Amino acid sequence: MQTMKFEYPATGRVPRRAHVGVVGSGDLEVLLEPSTESKAIVKIRTSVDGFDEYWKAVLDRFFSKYQGAALIEINDFGATPGTVALRLEQAVEESEA
Amino acid sequence: MSETSNRGRIWMEALAGKKHLAGLPQSVLVSDAELNGEPARFLAVVPNPNSRFPRVREGEVGLEEGWTLAHAIRETIEADKNGTKRPIIAIVDVKSQAYGRREELAGIHLACAASVDAYATARMAGHPIVSLIVGHALSGAFLAHGYQANRILAFNSPEVLVHAMGKAAAARITKRSVAELEVLAEQVPPMAYDIRSYAKLGILHKLLDVVNPDAPSSEQVELVRKEIVDAVIDARKGPRDLSNRLTSENALIFRKASLEVRQKLTEQWAKA
Amino acid sequence: MKNSTELLEATVDYRTRESFLELHARERAKALLDADSFRELLGPFDRVTSPWLAIQDIVPEADDGCIVAKGTIDGHAAVVVAIEGKFQGGSIGEVCGMKLATALELARKDTENGTPTYAVLLLETGGVRLQEANLGLALISEIHAQIMELRQHVPVVGVVAGMVGCFGGMSLAAALCTSLIVTRQARLGMNGPEVIEQEAGIEEFNASDRALVWSVDGGEYRVKAGFADLLVPDDARAVAKAVRHELAKGVPAVHRSSKVEHYRNLLAQMDTSRQWDAAMVAEKFGKESTK
Repeated sequence: MQTMKFEYPATGRVPRRAHVGVVGSGDLEVLLEPSTESKAIVKIRTSVDGFDEYWKAVLDRFFSKYQGAALIEINDFGATPGTVALRLEQAVEESEA
Repeated sequence: MSETSNRGRIWMEALAGKKHLAGLPQSVLVSDAELNGEPARFLAVVPNPNSRFPRVREGEVGLEEGWTLAHAIRETIEADKNGTKRPIIAIVDVKSQAYGRREELAGIHLACAASVDAYATARMAGHPIVSLIVGHALSGAFLAHGYQANRILAFNSPEVLVHAMGKAAAARITKRSVAELEVLAEQVPPMAYDIRSYAKLGILHKLLDVVNPDAPSSEQVELVRKEIVDAVIDARKGPRDLSNRLTSENALIFRKASLEVRQKLTEQWAKA
Repeated sequence: MKNSTELLEATVDYRTRESFLELHARERAKALLDADSFRELLGPFDRVTSPWLAIQDIVPEADDGCIVAKGTIDGHAAVVVAIEGKFQGGSIGEVCGMKLATALELARKDTENGTPTYAVLLLETGGVRLQEANLGLALISEIHAQIMELRQHVPVVGVVAGMVGCFGGMSLAAALCTSLIVTRQARLGMNGPEVIEQEAGIEEFNASDRALVWSVDGGEYRVKAGFADLLVPDDARAVAKAVRHELAKGVPAVHRSSKVEHYRNLLAQMDTSRQWDAAMVAEKFGKESTK
């Protein structure tokens, strides 16, 4: 298991917290809530070690659109970057619904 | 421990005599004997190489065992329904539930549940249930025979084990080697097999030091009998549920998460 | 019982059918409670997770695979506890098991204090979480004890939908329930097919023989043999309807797990000298006299 932390500048409002997904094989859960600091913080726990670059790429892409100062926690069980991106989008949707 | 252990029978007969209830499958020993001047019912599941069920010849808890235990316990509940609730003592040395096609087809899950039901019903009615683990207390067999007790005692001996699954099978399912699991067990007490690690979890009432448990002297038997009597007295002082498992000293250390769940869930439930 | 099954099948509109199986545990729980009554307790944001998994390099789930949802069913106070089968096979660890046991205890306390509270258990579980072995096993015995206490007062309805099914020590919990609802895709058994094959040999049980597996463990057989009460199609509304149907029956005079002499007699009549099959056991065990 590997843990990672990423931070992104962000000041946008996070209307409500959201939770999506399941820590099942090939899947992940995302917990999204307002950060206590005026930046976005992403904490990741993943069952697959050594994919730091992929995580950074997915998150860079995500935060190029998403502006929320969110605390995002990810518990990942081997999801593809595509699935990670999808779950993040679903979490945002739920947060802004 | 040999493949088929005789320890259940040895202690059953040492504590309750050699006279067992007739007419039952030979894998279930039921004896009524005195305990501290009052009648008590003793129960054990033992190997029966002549079992009519081919998959139940080495002391497993199968269909007959589940339903017979339930029957013997309910007989006692009925007999005592208007009077003093006698102690029910489970002598536990069970290595597993039975693995077989007949067993699954005919609902071994229900047969074992029937025994859980009977033990719990007796406990809820006020019978003090004490389990004495003399050998193995494994998996569904222990759930059915012993785990509904008010108080659980165990011999403090390296061959006395409590666990959810045999080592080889557990290794296969968790995709680790047996050696890896043993290393993990040193850091993760609930994964360990030995009774001393199990005692840390706060569920066990007492560890008993017994010399030569396969051939105990009469003094050793009397020491164990006294411990059972004390456990019965202690059980009668407390509630009829299993809450004592969470109030023990060890529970406060090793079941912090359980206690946190209970406390927070109770708080949130009240507000919901 | 067959009439009820047919009735449920008839209510399913296959154009608007919503698969129950495709729902995660949380959505399954929501589907069974009255609309807008769902209140999750100790949800993911409380972050009460297993203290034992990280050290074993296993990624925990924020709810430890157990969803406790308080709400109402047809206006009646209820708690639905749903096990997430996709997380570690729905296995019971310390936190997961304690959430389930405590939810049952709290339902009983409310019931004793004048608010009868139904319990519905969504059992998608392989049994004990081996990474927490002895705590998982102990918690299952506590779950059994809590079902026994609560079911005296109100029905405790179990649902096994699939695809994990209900095995191990939790199959005993299913058997202790007042009533059990299953789908055709569900499997219910004490020992999984692979474990039986490993322990008893491939002739005793070929775990790769899907037809055999479902003939023994499958929902349809379990209902035929009298080990489950209602067969329900894979549709969320049908499952919700089935749950209400079973809850409405109330508490029986004698629970299935207490029908000791009945089952002892049936077992005594069985010829153990040859192997058994589903048809012969269902024929003997499944008679309407059990109801």
